[in-house]
Amino acid sequence: MKNYYKIPKIFFISFILINLFLSNLFAAGPDGNITKMKFSFDGIFGVIDKASARRGLQVYNEICAGCHSLEHVSYRNLLDIGFSNDQVKEFASQFEVTAEPDSDGEVNMRSAIPSDKFVSPYQNDNQAKAMNNGAIPPDLSLIIKARAGGASYFYSLLKGYEDPPEDKELSNGYYNIAYPGNVIAMPQPLYGDDVEYADGTEATMEQEIIDLVSFLTWTGQPELNDRKSMGFRVFLFLVFMTSVLFLSYRKIWKKIKG
Amino acid sequence: MSNIKNGKGIIGWIDYRLPIFSTLQHTLVDYPTPKNLNYWWNFGSLAGIFLLIQIITGIVLAMHYTPSVEGAFASIEHIMRDVNYGWLIRYIHMNGASFFFIVVYIHIFRGLYYGSYKSPREVLWWLGLTILLLMMATAFMGYVLPWGQMSFWGATVITNLFSAVPIVGTAVVEWLWGGFAVDNALLNRFFALHYLFPFLIVGVVILHIVALHTHGSNNPLGIDRKGPQDSIPFHPYYTIKDLFGLSFVLTIFAAVVFYAPDYLGHPDNYIPADPLKTPAHIVPEWYFLPFYAILRAVPDKLGGVIAMISAILILFALPWLDTSKVRSATFRPIYKKFFWFLLIDVIILTWVGGSPAEGHFILIGRLATIYYFAHFIIFMPIIGIIETPKPLPNSISEAVLKKPIKDGT
Amino acid sequence: MENNSNDDKKSRRDFIHITSGVTVATGAAAVAWPLIDQMNPSADVLALASVEVDLEPLQPGQSISVLWRGKPLFIRRRTEEEISEARDIDLNTLKDPQLDEERVKNSNYLVMVGVCTHLGCVPLGQQGEYGGWFCPCHGSHYDTSGRIRKGPAPTNLEIPPYVFLNETTIKIG
Repeated sequence: MKNYYKIPKIFFISFILINLFLSNLFAAGPDGNITKMKFSFDGIFGVIDKASARRGLQVYNEICAGCHSLEHVSYRNLLDIGFSNDQVKEFASQFEVTAEPDSDGEVNMRSAIPSDKFVSPYQNDNQAKAMNNGAIPPDLSLIIKARAGGASYFYSLLKGYEDPPEDKELSNGYYNIAYPGNVIAMPQPLYGDDVEYADGTEATMEQEIIDLVSFLTWTGQPELNDRKSMGFRVFLFLVFMTSVLFLSYRKIWKKIKG
Repeated sequence: MSNIKNGKGIIGWIDYRLPIFSTLQHTLVDYPTPKNLNYWWNFGSLAGIFLLIQIITGIVLAMHYTPSVEGAFASIEHIMRDVNYGWLIRYIHMNGASFFFIVVYIHIFRGLYYGSYKSPREVLWWLGLTILLLMMATAFMGYVLPWGQMSFWGATVITNLFSAVPIVGTAVVEWLWGGFAVDNALLNRFFALHYLFPFLIVGVVILHIVALHTHGSNNPLGIDRKGPQDSIPFHPYYTIKDLFGLSFVLTIFAAVVFYAPDYLGHPDNYIPADPLKTPAHIVPEWYFLPFYAILRAVPDKLGGVIAMISAILILFALPWLDTSKVRSATFRPIYKKFFWFLLIDVIILTWVGGSPAEGHFILIGRLATIYYFAHFIIFMPIIGIIETPKPLPNSISEAVLKKPIKDGT
Repeated sequence: MENNSNDDKKSRRDFIHITSGVTVATGAAAVAWPLIDQMNPSADVLALASVEVDLEPLQPGQSISVLWRGKPLFIRRRTEEEISEARDIDLNTLKDPQLDEERVKNSNYLVMVGVCTHLGCVPLGQQGEYGGWFCPCHGSHYDTSGRIRKGPAPTNLEIPPYVFLNETTIKIG
């Protein structure tokens, strides 16, 4: 490398990197008060804690599912977090879905099977609106990916309910320090001991929130574990390939450079 | 290989009738290339590879995608969850667009630094800018396809730019929409065009390469080659160098695809499009931010649109705005400084484009916009006249021999 | 990555270039697999690959067609006559010899994929020279066990994997 443009080159690259980083920060910066958390699925080797995700399903099912749908997830997907075929069948069968019209043209209900999507608590958006003072509770399948701050934001939000400061007028909602604007339509959903965990884990508020975050991270990125393990192998391969190609390159160019 | 020339064997037989093999031989093997190209010359072939990656993954995604207002968002989730390796292919396509732009922007700035747009390469430069315009249109339409909140509102804002056209503006926008708002008709036509445009890009890329090979590659010294001692065949010297560079960039690319696939995207695009609710803060993809900043810097609807379009169109006039006879900034002490100022200015524009249009960002955005145009209209012509270039080496070989070189550049 | 120049023949076989070449080829092959596999049936399609059918309403001599994996399934409750016709036969006269007993789990119910083994048309029921099925596209005749008797089709109508969950319910796939 000729020295006289080495420095500009380094500047050039770092400027681009810093710039990408900055623009992203500015574009996605949420205005609420967020605690940066460390979760099991963070980092290069981080994976979704399946036991935690299974408990999270219980929290979702007993607390959240009354208002929030999970429209992109099928019951069969629960096999991924370690439920057995029979458990999935049994879980699905407690819900009802509209069946195909029968031979007389009557439309009946049938119990759900593993290939069905999670049943929504609402028939349609208008019903969701009507039942919730005009605000549709968001679908939770992608909620972690769909919010700036991701899992940490979601964690902070569920922990962020506080008494409003005295000068704050709350006409229609609840005070939450993590929510942008601090007034959220959803009442505090978790207080601790809201569920009795099937595996005997103590259902503290912290535990419930972390389990729910694990579950919803999985519903948003069911590929996360595969992606990271494949990524590591691909990365090692590419580092190796780059190295041998560099050696080939040096060898071939030896004649030219003398 | 020798069969190509003597017309023997199957390859020779075909080549005698249709010279595809000898053409490939000339472009990829024999093509005499300056021996002193540095790593910045890797980015042309890299751009070609990323175009190929986008086309291949794009065709695959189109096999599973549903272009309808009801089905688009769910079909993307279907790809991410149910299609075998669907998540991988979609993440490659998403981030491939960003990397394509990174690579092309570096390629363009390399051209700016080393004066690659100057005679006799003006048409080559124009073709490159045409590719950039086609890329921007393609990327914009592609971003609409997932039908998330940013897709929808990005499409709304950008198509509304056309309403700035006097008299016919509204008619043009309704024609674009095929209705009275961004809706199913627009999604369908954007899908059709998003599929078509990459092949137009391939066509212009071929012309770009034909134009390149007419007068050969520029080089870091910016001087013409004096004879065969200044050139080496493309293969194996630059095939291996390009391959090494590709492998290096793919390593970075893989790190992003596998470990931060949504980093360059916007979380709002994982919320399905809702025509009743605009997100608090609409930003285009990062590669449009400098132009977005220029658009917002002008406090007038039509003026903003004109400024934004001019920001690219002005580059077409660059070969004449630059009055210097010397190509490479290496020998142009004043221009070299201004090159870096321009780069910093563009980075500032990117930053402003991604920030809310309020407070001091407005002022910074306006100053940076003014500087951007001043660079091309005022500084470049003047510098070319007042600057005294450093003495140029007599030939590439002479320069190469004089300097102790440690690696391949 | 081979070196073309003639004056450097040794480097042709050079270890490092061979390693490079093999690595690049391996990488290219690894990339090809996801691009091929994405066209295989996706997880949601595979999940729908089994259906349950209630046979209760079927009377002898009645058939139903249900859709399974995008193809019609013929389910016929055969009459005694049809069963004896299917069993009273010399295997040597068959193009694709198979006993009727091998083709049914319960001799009353014949369950098979209603796709002609010739070129994929859907045969018509209770037609043709053997009282079974007849494919109108190219004239294949199947008997009351769905075996090919005459015409261009090479094999008998396919029997899908299925199990009786109870007396009158079957699960296919």
